[in-house]
Amino acid sequence: MSKARLMQGNEACAEGALAAGVRFFGGYPITPSTEIAEGMAKMLPKVGGKFVQMEDEIASMGVVLGASLAGKKALTASSGPGISLKQELIGYAAAAEIPVVIVNVQRVGPSTGQPTAPSQGDVMQARWGTHGDHPMIALSPWSVREAFDTAVMAVNYSERFRTPVILLMDEIVGHLREKVELPEASELEIYPRRQPSKTRAEGYQPYAPAEDLVPNVADFGNGYHIHVTGLIHDETGFPVGNPKVTREAIDRLHKKIAIAQDEITHVEEYCMEDAEYAVVAFGGTARTAYEAVLEARKKGIKVGMVRLITIWPFADKAIKALAAKVKGILVTELNYGQIVNEVERAAAGQCPVELCAKYDMTIFEPEEILEGIENLAGGNK
Amino acid sequence: MERSFEQYFRQNRLPHLWCPGCGNGIATKAIVQAIEKKGLDRDKTIIVSGIGCSSRASGYMDFDTLHTAHGRAIPFATGIKLANPELNVVVITGDGDCTAIGGNHFIHGCRRNVDLTVVLFNNNIYGMTGGQASPMTPTGKKATTAPYGAVDPTFDACKLAEAAGATYVARSTAYHVQHLTDMIANGFDNKGFSFIEAMVQCPTAYGRKNKMSDPVELMKWMRDNAVMKAAWDKLPEDKKVGDKFPIGLLYQDTEVDYATAYEHVIEVAGGAGK
Amino acid sequence: MNSEITLKLPRCKGCGICVAFCPKQVLGLSELGKVVILKADDCIACGQCELRCPDYAIFVDKKVAK
Repeated sequence: MSKARLMQGNEACAEGALAAGVRFFGGYPITPSTEIAEGMAKMLPKVGGKFVQMEDEIASMGVVLGASLAGKKALTASSGPGISLKQELIGYAAAAEIPVVIVNVQRVGPSTGQPTAPSQGDVMQARWGTHGDHPMIALSPWSVREAFDTAVMAVNYSERFRTPVILLMDEIVGHLREKVELPEASELEIYPRRQPSKTRAEGYQPYAPAEDLVPNVADFGNGYHIHVTGLIHDETGFPVGNPKVTREAIDRLHKKIAIAQDEITHVEEYCMEDAEYAVVAFGGTARTAYEAVLEARKKGIKVGMVRLITIWPFADKAIKALAAKVKGILVTELNYGQIVNEVERAAAGQCPVELCAKYDMTIFEPEEILEGIENLAGGNK
Repeated sequence: MERSFEQYFRQNRLPHLWCPGCGNGIATKAIVQAIEKKGLDRDKTIIVSGIGCSSRASGYMDFDTLHTAHGRAIPFATGIKLANPELNVVVITGDGDCTAIGGNHFIHGCRRNVDLTVVLFNNNIYGMTGGQASPMTPTGKKATTAPYGAVDPTFDACKLAEAAGATYVARSTAYHVQHLTDMIANGFDNKGFSFIEAMVQCPTAYGRKNKMSDPVELMKWMRDNAVMKAAWDKLPEDKKVGDKFPIGLLYQDTEVDYATAYEHVIEVAGGAGK
Repeated sequence: MNSEITLKLPRCKGCGICVAFCPKQVLGLSELGKVVILKADDCIACGQCELRCPDYAIFVDKKVAK
């Protein structure tokens, strides 16, 4: 008997988070992410977890951080306007190193924008939305099954690196229904939250980094009497107002992600073996881009696709290598042009980088991307 | 003789950063003495604060402590309590933190009746930023952003808490230390949202602007104007004038708290014991 | 002397609250702005100073007869 189910991307995301051990959800209704909250409201109490609908997006972010500090894996979900409001405490999570996953099912902005229409306009917000210097991990699925898989990855990364992770969905994938077969619990690798390796008497310091530069911060209620603050702090967790500690604290936040970048940064290649041109795409847009690549192949253009699964940290190495190999890159994204700047930066002039952008509520048609490919390939096909 | 309350302080963090004569130290001591009085397990008691003068208290207290962002203490505390209901969660907040930037969180915390004990250090001013008017600066009193006197009407945080659904509401002052300690301790007994307004003197930012820069003057004002609830209730309306205000247990109710109510949800959903 | 007054001077910020609320005028402030005991013998160990000290700098115990 097949275990295949017809499922929506938002549902798969909720299932993935649950499978990864999320037992707390705090949220606020917003299109097009609401199905995630609704799924969690239904599923969490079945496994002894808790769901709470908060008074606003800021509170939703605060409540999940509190739950995470008390030992529960925690999730919140929203869309553009809500994510804007959450930024304050996303920064807090980065500074205080609290594991949490924030799902952003992107819709057209700025502001209230077009609430029910797809967009990929928040990729830069995901990276730079909150104030100050901090790294960010953001993942973007292209299918319902991958919404599940990246939800699991997001929870694992948030726990492993003690950092907020943004699951950057888009309305295309969020509301897409596909037949999927989800993995068994036994097939999943779940990263358990690390616990202190020392007692207080042995000189435990909550923010002392382990070898991987990630601290083993004790959960509340275990007798460690730790202090957690959004102020710049040293290994003790207490605020310190000196330049050396400040520099070291910000350095470590960046380095803990940087040293693991190769492991976090996932890209997938399609038709790239003999490719002379490449389309760079991510999320729902990559589905259309892939079809355009296949159409272009039929027309004799040697084009492939590189799909970014990890948006942040950006796939510098992969794009640099790609730019050295191909004659041109076409970046397709449902916004005015955001990731294209990152691709240009990483390509560093090795090949032309063109943009195929769309920001009019509608998703790409394969022909639109095909035209971009044809223009890029020019007379060289 | 060394006082037993000293064990609840992180000795290496004292003396605290508050100004000479600031009432926050008195209110903080009242909290730890209330914790001691009720015998709360220190390892299972979490102190959560926002941002501002009041909220620096958490750093001095030897528990698991959380210094959150401005106005957000109650949402964080809600998450902690719901994630692990066996923890006692105490929130320390200020008048700006709780009733301005955190106002929405405050009323919804009350409405949900989450089992938290929220102590608002009301110094009538934004002290940390140098004396700007807060929603609890009395109308007509001066602040750096109200150089001609505050125009805005003032919030009564206790009435707000009661109206929003808190199940224990009390007020006391830094002058009435033992009474304040009792009000907080009794708040711990309430399984639900307990709100205690602790009026504290701010000689530096509020007092200096309003010709009361001596902390003693501010404390004498509390002594002379606070009226115990029972006496207040008997006071004819024409006597409830000027600066007079009631202290004591102002409101109490018994309603099921949020975590307990949610246990029922888990039971219905079939998740009990999981 | 019926009482024993203990000072933790590093904590004292010289706010004068203890001085003002002492019913027997036992306490004063030094030139350096710290609490000083002026009339120890007059102390009745009422504890008003300790009660309201915002800095936990003064403690009063009733002397136990030996």
